[in-house]
Amino acid sequence: MTMILAVVEQRDGTLRKISHEVVTSAHRLGGSVDALVCAAGPVKGADQLGKFGADKIVTLTNAAFAKYAPEGMAQAIAERAKSGGYTAVVFAASATGKDLAPRVAAKLGVALAGDVTDVGVEGGVVVATRPVYAGKALLKVKVTGQPAVLSVRPNVFTPVERPKAGTAETVATAVPAGRVAVREIKAAEAGTLDVAEAQIVISGGRGLKEPANFKVLEELARAFGGQAAVGASRAVVDAGWRAHADQVGQTGKTVSPTLYIAVGISGAIQHLAGMRTSKVIVAINKDKDAPIFKVADYGVVGDLFEVVPKLTEEIKKLHG
Amino acid sequence: MNIAVCIKRVPDSETRVKIASDGKSLDEAGVKFVLNPYDEFAVEEALQRKEKAGSGEVAIFCVGPAAAQETIRTALAMGADRGVLLQSEKIPADGYITAQALAAELKAGKWDLILFGKMAIDDYNQQVGPMVAELLGLPCVTAAAHLEIDGAKGVAEREIEGGIEVVEFPLPAVVTADKGLNEPRYPALKGIMAAKKKPLDVKPVQLGPREGEGGIEIVALTPPPQRKDGKIVGEGAAAVPELVRLLREEAKVL
Repeated sequence: MTMILAVVEQRDGTLRKISHEVVTSAHRLGGSVDALVCAAGPVKGADQLGKFGADKIVTLTNAAFAKYAPEGMAQAIAERAKSGGYTAVVFAASATGKDLAPRVAAKLGVALAGDVTDVGVEGGVVVATRPVYAGKALLKVKVTGQPAVLSVRPNVFTPVERPKAGTAETVATAVPAGRVAVREIKAAEAGTLDVAEAQIVISGGRGLKEPANFKVLEELARAFGGQAAVGASRAVVDAGWRAHADQVGQTGKTVSPTLYIAVGISGAIQHLAGMRTSKVIVAINKDKDAPIFKVADYGVVGDLFEVVPKLTEEIKKLHG
Repeated sequence: MNIAVCIKRVPDSETRVKIASDGKSLDEAGVKFVLNPYDEFAVEEALQRKEKAGSGEVAIFCVGPAAAQETIRTALAMGADRGVLLQSEKIPADGYITAQALAAELKAGKWDLILFGKMAIDDYNQQVGPMVAELLGLPCVTAAAHLEIDGAKGVAEREIEGGIEVVEFPLPAVVTADKGLNEPRYPALKGIMAAKKKPLDVKPVQLGPREGEGGIEIVALTPPPQRKDGKIVGEGAAAVPELVRLLREEAKVL
């Protein structure tokens, strides 16, 4: 019997939405799925994971797990992965998952296929596909470790509801907290959605002309009613107009939103590396020969200071 | 302060990707190779830390083919003291194997810090640093965009979704570098000349899965699916209503 361990995430005692994607992708590997969350106590929303097909929801509790505790959590997860006899362990390729998965894989002495955009089983072996070379190629690999350890790229696996009554199990774990401790989290402005997790990303480049003009994009983001985040190209981050946290591209974040709107961005290969797996790409640029139009599904050639406010107006109409 | 920096030789990000005839690897003909950009942050950080401490050494470690000597020389030209190439013509897709080779080599040294770039821009594995830390039993912080060290205590900042995580850890430790950590220097002509005379050890290594151990096996390297040809909806604000209609009715994303 195939058993999959889906390692899900919480912050401040609330399940993170990406957890639905992790459970959904774990399901692709067949068999039964146990969702595992490390926390200091009960996790709000964890009981919802049954809806996405988790057979069991395991909460591993430890006082140190109130914040991210890389060493303690890695040990607790590795112990569970071993004792549970799982065939695969699936993480999110989130900031936390990218930190945690290699630690767990090394503790288990197995390989990690990270940031995958497709998973499955072929001939009894876990297979995964990962974008490489700045997204200019896809690498399909067999993951033959026991267990196979994977992390899945955010926003790629659309959560699928498979209502099921998942059982719940809470186990206190006595692992030491570890030497690496999170002292604090400096939160971004309240209500700001991270570009890596937003369903809609509107990114601006040099075409915005000056930092204050990003308000045009922020207004458009607001018109989408809390689903959209504002991103930036490397050029404007390097110029100090926007924070590095907002940068989309090779030396920034990789995003896969449902809708990506590139505004005043020419579309250098390094930028494309960060957004080419977006489902639908819209480009707004005054230069009709800009490379961004080659990857865009829909393009509007024109002055962004006329096009974007009009788009904001139309979106507002839709969202009433 | 003794600092080891692990680097990788990668194709320049502007490279046109051509898939080799085996259907599993990059056709390297005509490809320009560079020091992985994230590793430049790691090298720079090491140099600044050593300069601040006033003593110690910065040693470069690289798993790669013979040609990676050139990549190591780049780091030496920036100011690192010596280099070690763990020579293997093939770099495994399985980062754990690379981590094992590096850990075996680093074990012999006494390092205050072992630095990596947070990922290589060719395979995007983003795992060798923390795996080496596990193998050596060292604390590890990944994707540090800010680093402070005071004696045997370090504080790093890493970007997470919607915020910045401030992490404390004891030294010695493994830290992987994100953009923002510093501004890497360009090697000056003097540095380039000096680098030619700096020690560079070449040690052949056998990289491969041991019997019975699972790993990563490449099935195929393929071009990404072609995005279907996009269309220019129109020009200026007048095109917006049609754009919105297409997004709703054709793409169904609104």
